[in-house]
This record gives sequence, C-alpha cells and structure tokens, in this order.
Amino acid sequence: MVVVLAAVEGGICAQQILNDKEPAVHVLHVQGRVYMLVGAGANITVQVGDRAVLVVDAGVPQMSEQVLSAIRTLSQAPIAFIVDTSMDEDHIGGNQNVAKAGHFNLGLPGEATGASVIAHLKALDRMSAPTGKKPPVAEDLWPTDTYDNDKWELFNDEAVIIEHPHAAHTDGDSTVFFRRSDVVSAGDIFTPEHYPVIEAQRGGTINGEIEALNQVIDIMVPKEGEEGGTYVIPGHGRLCDRAEIVNYRDMVTIVRDRIEDMVKKGMTLEQVKAAKPTLDYDGIYGADTGPWTTKMFIEAVYRDLSQSKR
Amino acid sequence: MRGACRRMIFASSILFAAALMARPAYSQVDLSGEWSQPPAPDNTMDPYIGDYAGLPINDAARLRADSWTAEKWTQEEHECEPHPADYAPRSPGGMRIWPDLDPLTQEITAWHTTVYWMGAQRTIYMDNRPHPPDYAAYTWAGFSTGKWEGDKLRVTTTHLKEGWLRRNGLPRADKATLTEFFIRHGDFLTLVSIVKDPVYLTEPLVRTEHFVLNLGYALSPSSCIPRHEIDHPRGWVAHHLPGTNEWLTEFATKYGIPVEATRGGAETMYPEYQLKLATLPMPPKPKESPGRTK
Repeated sequence: MVVVLAAVEGGICAQQILNDKEPAVHVLHVQGRVYMLVGAGANITVQVGDRAVLVVDAGVPQMSEQVLSAIRTLSQAPIAFIVDTSMDEDHIGGNQNVAKAGHFNLGLPGEATGASVIAHLKALDRMSAPTGKKPPVAEDLWPTDTYDNDKWELFNDEAVIIEHPHAAHTDGDSTVFFRRSDVVSAGDIFTPEHYPVIEAQRGGTINGEIEALNQVIDIMVPKEGEEGGTYVIPGHGRLCDRAEIVNYRDMVTIVRDRIEDMVKKGMTLEQVKAAKPTLDYDGIYGADTGPWTTKMFIEAVYRDLSQSKR
Repeated sequence: MRGACRRMIFASSILFAAALMARPAYSQVDLSGEWSQPPAPDNTMDPYIGDYAGLPINDAARLRADSWTAEKWTQEEHECEPHPADYAPRSPGGMRIWPDLDPLTQEITAWHTTVYWMGAQRTIYMDNRPHPPDYAAYTWAGFSTGKWEGDKLRVTTTHLKEGWLRRNGLPRADKATLTEFFIRHGDFLTLVSIVKDPVYLTEPLVRTEHFVLNLGYALSPSSCIPRHEIDHPRGWVAHHLPGTNEWLTEFATKYGIPVEATRGGAETMYPEYQLKLATLPMPPKPKESPGRTK
C-alpha cells in the first residue's frame, strides 16, 4: 500500500489514501523534486530527476516491494543512485532489492544492472571484514561506490551534495543536500523522536554529533518567521525545518555541557545518572525500553567525555 | 395531471428540504474584525525569570526553565521565532480575524487570525478536513480545525512546534494539543485556550484572553530577518547549568512572595493554596535589585 501526501507551506493536504490493511509506505512531497517515504524502517528520501531517481537510504528489506511501488508513483525513470547515510540495517537493509530494480549506466547496450550504492569509505570499512573473515554486514548490502574525503557532489537535475560528518552517530555517516529543492537528508545524526544514538564502537562521538548538527544547520535558511525554507528529513521521525533541528542541537549541546561539567567535578557514572541530567528532555526524547534508552544515551555521553578528559 | 404535479411539487419540496439539511451549519456569530486587547493578566508581555506561579508544571518544565536564559534571543537561529498559536493571542498588539468564503455557497471555509508580533498568522479550517499525519511538518501555528458549538467556535490544534507556556523559559512540548473557544459577546471577544501537554504539564492549562472590537484599529507591521548581532562561538547555546541561575528568586524577593510559591505546580493554581501560602517563609527583602533580565 502507498499513501501519497503533499506538504504545502508547512501545512498538508491529502491527495490519495488507499487500502489501510497492510503495512504502508507513506509518501510526503517535501518540496521541489524531493519526497520523503515513511514506514519502511528509516525514513527514505527520493529525489526525482528527469532521467534518473536518487534514493537516500533503502529501508528494511521486507518493505522493499512497497518502497519500489511508492517510488514508481513518483517516477518511471530508473533508480540510478542510492546513498547510505549510515551502515545501520534499517537504512541499508533494502540496498540490494532497491538497487536491483535500478541501473546506473543509462542507455548503454549490455549495461550492468543495478543502481550505484554510495556511502562513505568508513561505512564500507565497518560493513566489511578482511578476506576469510565473516563481515558484519552481508556483501550484497555493501556500497558499490565510496568516497573517502569530506564531500562528494553529483548532479541529478540539481546539485546533490553528499557530506561526511566525521564522527557523529558513527564515523561513516553521510548527509545529502539537494540544493535547488532546498532539502537536506540528515540520516541518524538527527532523530527528533529520540536522543541521538552515539555508537562509540563504530566511531560515534558526542562532540562529532553536535558538529554534524551544526554543519546541517549552517546550510539551512528559513523563510520569514523561522518557518519552512530549507527542510530537513531526519533519519527517523517527522519532516522538520531549521527551528526544530536547532532545538534538537540546543538540547544535545545542553546535555553535553551538563554531563561534561559533572565529569569535570569527578562524578561517577552512577552519580551522573542519579543527577538526571536529561530530566527536562526525557518526555520528548527519552525511553525506558527499546533499542536506545535514556540510560544508554547518558552512558554513551559520559564515557565519551570521560575518555576525552584523560 | 394535477395529482402528478402535486407529487412533483411534494418531491421537490422534500429534495429542497433535504438539501438544506445536508448543508453544513453556518457560523452563528461573525468573528471578523480588528480586536484590541488589554495587557494579559499573567504578565506575558514581560514575565520575570523564575515566575512559574499558578501554572500546573512538573519538575521537567521547572528544570528546563531554570536552565533558560534570555541570551537565547541572541542566538541568530532564535531571533525571529514568532509566538506559537497557543501563546500568540497573549502577546501585545491585538488580533485581526477574517473569513474565507466559498464563492458559490457563501459558507465560511476557514477563519484566519493574525497578531502583531512577527505578524504570526494562522488558519482554522471549517471544512471538516482531517488533521495531517504525525510525520508531516509541524508549524508555529499548528494545524487547526473549527466547529461551531452553539454560538462558540471550538478550535482543535495539533502539529504545534515546540513553544513556551510563558516567555521566561517555561516550555510547551510539541506533543501538546490546544483546544480553544472563541466566544463573542457583542463588541467583546473572549478566547478560552486549553493546553494539554503530556511532557511539561500535570493538568491542562486553561487561560482566557479578552479582546474589544476596535473599528479604528490597525495592526502595525512586524517582520524579522535574522542577523548577526552578538559574537558567539559557532554552535554556542545559551543556558545555565543546573544550580547556577542566580536570577531565579528575583521575582519572589522583589514582590515579597514565598519562593516556593513562585516555583509553580498545579497546587498553586487553586484558591486553597492561599492557606498554605500564609505558612510559607517569606524571602528576605532585597538590598538592591540586581536588575531585570528579559
């Protein structure tokens, strides 16, 4: 099932609502050539060019059929590029299925099938393993093309700027800016439904996370009244504009500052937890259960800052 | 023939009556006009740091407000934030209300309001459209739908960006919903607003605002473009670390109110609280006011 909606100047109008019995992929027109697909794991960004479709993140594999159907409601052009914003399964799980449905070498006879799957080199490093060892991620899901510096630029009827925040959610993250459509796809460095997931074992750091948020904020320009203008598609959660990612950055910075102050005072992790440094934000971003709890967030920040202090 | 004609007239009458009944009800009251207002009763124009009295807030809201500093407004990203829909009518400068009419049916399909501060506008849809899904963008105005209940317009608003209960750092979460009643009595308009916030309130916050029809009134233009005004390091965020905000007792001290009462909470909303208030220690009189921070 596919549900199509259109964002209009911050408001919204329903265009098409179909069967609601099965798991749904919802399509939201953000602006310009960019759409947001919701319901297939991580948020998926679809940018529709005249001759090719670019997809940011492919969602979970079990929803690939619905994802492809949703994309086909937007364009019949081939899917040429998939950009992975991270190495997480809910972002890359559909890589193979979505890539197979597209192709990169447009118009050439005997071309190889499959879209180009792009990620930062460090993401590939984290997914793969030396020859003879079992990789953490199946090879079918690996990127086919990587970049190893800070930026990679493409053109698909508008400038598409892929940037690499160094050590935020992980050390293999990418953000994607669609310059003419004025939309940023931020991946899991911005998750307005919960505290940022800092995966220290995969190179993530709290200060890198804040820097990554600031990088995204730097390229965003709001319309008058601090609303609309550049939109940001988070890794999970609703479509946002600058005011909301700024609030999120403020929250992460304030929590970092509080825990850093406690670390400087020599407080133990247990003492920090007891001081509840996130109390005022827990009702918005916190969780007691699930894959990323408030406790885990505090521990990650504390350990990171304690190590930095040494 | 005459019988057939009578049957046709009867059938036509039934159809006409059915058509009338099927039409949505017209608004009973015209809300349009320029409305001016006296200052808000809870001093929203000029709130003191640390004045949380009479608000049903919880500890999370208290910590968030204690950490707040007015330096926030020197962060370029916050400079031009308008008041959200639940707060905008409480800002100074009055309100204009006007309708959208369906050109064929002359039914009101939407009401619009605008207030002075930042020219914040909102739309209240009257055409029974559904509210958007949760993944759609949130706005300062939120998404509002209206329905007449007798001569009161009941408005339900969702999709509100995070805002404030009081402009001294007391937060209102984006999970909150707003219910309002626009009630006109001749040249007076009463706006009752009820904020339900599962994050920062322990009880619904009910407030009223009063307006007077002012035919000679015109809203002043108000706009804002963010600009660099004060140097801060990149990514700097204004806040006090817990326990370091020295302004929190200024309000209590200046007005001779027990500090505990200024900390707010549902208890402080009710008349019975006066009995407890009389037993609370008063703050020492100030030697010299440290000045106000807005």
